Amino acid sequence: MSQQAGTHRPSPEEQRRRVVRAKQARRRVAISAVSTVVVLGALAVVVVTSPGWGVVRSTFFDLDYAREVLPAVFKGLLLNIRLTIVASVAIAILGLALALARTSKAAALTPFRILATAYVDLFRGVPTLLVILLVGFGVPALQLTGVTSSVIILGTTAIVLTYSAYVAEVLRSGILSVHPSQRAAARSLGLTSGQALRYVVLPQGVRRVVPPLLNDFVSLLKDTGLISVLGVIDAVRAAQIESSKSFNYTPYVVAAVLFLLLTIPLTRMTDRFVHRAIERQNAQVGG
Amino acid sequence: MTGTPVLRVEDVYKSFGAEQVLQGVSLAVPEHTVTVLIGASGSGKSTLLRCVNLLTPVDDGVIRLDDWDITDPDVDPDQVRRQIGMVFQSFNLFPHLSVLDNITLSPRKVHDVPRARAEAEGMALLERFGLADKARQYPDRLSGGQQQRVAIVRSMAVSPRLMLMDEVTSALDPVLVNEVLSTVRELKSEGMTMVIATHEMGFAEQVADEVCFLSAGIIVERGRPEAVLHDPQDQRTRDFLRRVHEAGRL
Repeated sequence: MSQQAGTHRPSPEEQRRRVVRAKQARRRVAISAVSTVVVLGALAVVVVTSPGWGVVRSTFFDLDYAREVLPAVFKGLLLNIRLTIVASVAIAILGLALALARTSKAAALTPFRILATAYVDLFRGVPTLLVILLVGFGVPALQLTGVTSSVIILGTTAIVLTYSAYVAEVLRSGILSVHPSQRAAARSLGLTSGQALRYVVLPQGVRRVVPPLLNDFVSLLKDTGLISVLGVIDAVRAAQIESSKSFNYTPYVVAAVLFLLLTIPLTRMTDRFVHRAIERQNAQVGG
Repeated sequence: MTGTPVLRVEDVYKSFGAEQVLQGVSLAVPEHTVTVLIGASGSGKSTLLRCVNLLTPVDDGVIRLDDWDITDPDVDPDQVRRQIGMVFQSFNLFPHLSVLDNITLSPRKVHDVPRARAEAEGMALLERFGLADKARQYPDRLSGGQQQRVAIVRSMAVSPRLMLMDEVTSALDPVLVNEVLSTVRELKSEGMTMVIATHEMGFAEQVADEVCFLSAGIIVERGRPEAVLHDPQDQRTRDFLRRVHEAGRL
């Protein structure tokens, strides 16, 4: 290290290598551009020249009609967003409670552990749509006093029931992934098992499962559309109403595009988060 | 060295399944003294330390901390651990907390020390052990030696009655071993009562008041470090020290 940082000049050999590398890079860009144009162009030609394209364009991609139904579908989407926010808070609380019940070893919590396991088995194993139908139509049929018959609340409840089972399993795997030596270190410092869980195990476990939790959040946003089967006027139902007026399916495409505008940024964010987490982990191993 | 020993281990047995790890170990550690446990891997050193910290329950025998039978099933293990500091081979710092938060977690949550005071005391400790500039860093930014020194400071922060160290230098490369050992030496000079399991014979000779050589779950030889390490009486101790010597660790 006799040379000072920043004063090093690349050797002629290195300069030559840089020229070659730049040429290789230009060639890679050219190849990927050409192959993209060829593949996507071919796809577009196949679709547009197909015999039914004229009919499909007018029934699925009618731009004027799309503009006309947009406000109604968008209003429905706002309901999906609201339900997603409310449901995710409830899911976080219930999911965490289930995960803690399943991972706890306390003797007094044995019945809760059994109940939580049965709960997770049940709601993870039944299709979401069936849970929505059973809760949405079954609970009002019981005619219990004091229990709501609002389909919005019942539908959201059904989704919360299902998703808290998913989220509980994700959180549980996060809790179990924290090495036992962390708990031992916490206990040896005098922390009770509850304190060790709260200050040492949970913060690390939850951090590790943020990417899968974000995935579940995106799925949740989409699945709030399922409660349209109960007659709730969300984006999906609004699109259905509009399209049944005109026998034109453009409203469905409008709804799909609106969902995509929400979910694509969310999934990109998740990807970036996962990427950063992996990089950090690699840096740790290397350091 | 008068009065009741801080730690007394009386005829302790422990097995994991068919494997008998401790087969009647007895030990007395007077206040302000350092007992060093040596022996091959699997001789029971770590298990003995884990039993003292109640991380592993004993199968038989009694362990007393200041005359308090801590192997009594009615004893609250948390109460015991609050008086015993333990440092592990693998550091076990909490990676999601800064160095200072690692140190103040137990004082704040277990001993109800207000945050400001806990942090002031934590900073004073870091200062003393030359780690003050690392207070706001996270463990993954520190070298192994620094991490282990933080782990030692973390155990010191609750003013333990007794300190247990389980091969605290085994995960470190030779250059970093010394900084950790000098931290341990400093604890000794302050009068901390310690039980240390180690493979560093030179270090054992420097800090130990008593050296115990464990083999197959029993203490086969014990005494002053110069006696046990340089003039061993038992054949098993001689064999072990010769192997260590051949490996260039003495």
